[in-house]
Amino acid sequence: MKRVAVIGVGLTKFGELWDASFSQLFVEAGTRAINDAGIDGTDVDALYVGNMSGGRFIDQEHISCLIADYAGLTPIPATRVEAACASGGLAIRQGVMAILSGMHEVVVVGGVEKMTDLSTERTTQTLATASDSEWEAFMGMTFPGLYAMMARRHMHEYGTTREQLAMVAVKNHENALHNPYAQFHVRITVEQVLGSPLVADPLRLLDCSPITDGAACVVLASEERAKEFTDSPVFITGSGQASSSIALHSRESITFVDATYNAGQEAYARAGRSPAEVQVAEVHDAFTIGEILAIEGLGLVERGEGGRATEEGETAIGGRIPVNTSGGLKAKGHPVGATGVAQVVEVVLQLRGEAGKRQVDADVGLAHNVGGSGGTAVVHILER
Amino acid sequence: MMSVPRFWRNTKARYRMIGRRCRRCGQVYFPPRNLCRRCRRRGELEEVQLSGRGEVYSFTVIRTPPVGFERSAPYVMALVKLEEGPMVTAQLADVEPEEVRIGMKVRSVFRKIQEDGEAGLIYYGFKFVPVEGEHDVQGE
Repeated sequence: MKRVAVIGVGLTKFGELWDASFSQLFVEAGTRAINDAGIDGTDVDALYVGNMSGGRFIDQEHISCLIADYAGLTPIPATRVEAACASGGLAIRQGVMAILSGMHEVVVVGGVEKMTDLSTERTTQTLATASDSEWEAFMGMTFPGLYAMMARRHMHEYGTTREQLAMVAVKNHENALHNPYAQFHVRITVEQVLGSPLVADPLRLLDCSPITDGAACVVLASEERAKEFTDSPVFITGSGQASSSIALHSRESITFVDATYNAGQEAYARAGRSPAEVQVAEVHDAFTIGEILAIEGLGLVERGEGGRATEEGETAIGGRIPVNTSGGLKAKGHPVGATGVAQVVEVVLQLRGEAGKRQVDADVGLAHNVGGSGGTAVVHILER
Repeated sequence: MMSVPRFWRNTKARYRMIGRRCRRCGQVYFPPRNLCRRCRRRGELEEVQLSGRGEVYSFTVIRTPPVGFERSAPYVMALVKLEEGPMVTAQLADVEPEEVRIGMKVRSVFRKIQEDGEAGLIYYGFKFVPVEGEHDVQGE
């Protein structure tokens, strides 16, 4: 496909941001991205926003309009994109398509979620709406529960160990130590993960991404238009998206995420790249098993080898294929609608050489965002 | 919580485990669907009574429950692979979490799933219990 330039990126701090409102978060990330791009608001042709559940988290729908208004971007077209935790990744893809279609030249894509205004029980219930509401959530299933069943089956089929799952969290917390935007700046050990409270056996508290407020934003531009603003943009060279059954019980396999595989294949084909050429990846580790399923589905490791590869340090900074240098959803935080955009921001920072102490040497990066337990996946390939 | 009509329209499946089968390709669907996802508009779905027997494909113990299940936690949730082919998400009852194994044979029972507070609806449906060494079938 034709390349689309990323000319600006911006993030808020991720965390329990009691002082910050929904619109404030978005405006902060958006302002940073527009400053970074060196453009003016009047250069922006359109706005796409990833948001999972403003309606349930803060009793607010019509998010696209709210944000265009509070960001002072009216009357440009503003569109909300929703696919549960993959909302941000899908918003990026909508922005890419808007530019590739020729309809727009400069597009702002943001993701935002304000999660901490609800109790933990209500938040758990809201996140469970990303599953089949009538046949999973209604029966008493939760999101950690769905991933726990995938983890147990992966352990059963491939011999993945409880310790290997823990090592994903340990690695991602280590990476987050060097990310100033991350929710957690605390080193953890395998023993601490294994000693943390059970949430949904075999998954424990430190296997789970946290409840997070935050926003992320990128400015996309056509390659021609990008030249006005920068000499060295990062390019999105491939994009892929796939759907699968919303319910885990209707999938062909629960140890291989077919949507991840299919989205990955499309993105690789569009970019003319293979998994072996990817040098840094941000993947959807909402739960530790999620990262193992992601790297297997994306072909970064062999099927069933995700646990072993993690244990042997292949996915650590300095390893063969560094994964989740930002700290991932686990330690950077997971404001669901913002996550897919924040992943692209991290890959851009890595490709620009602006990732500070967590910097790796990479020309080709990948961002992988999942909605629900694997009902939606979106993958982007970025290159400098 | 579910409204009365939303719950009521699924009671055949929830109370009696009646699913659908495609006359064209034989695929069985449970929970029921309105379109065969293989044959799509060429398919023809008919009702089929499921046996309610199956085995545990994977499972977990929910310790951080959603709203409506606070009083049940911790409880065992499983993917049950039914004899007729489809897999279903349901609670396992009358079994201690540490006794559950992948491959364990189970059968469906009619139980209370959740209730809508003190004065609201009580939602019934299926759970599964172990086939061998089964305990009583009373209560929740």
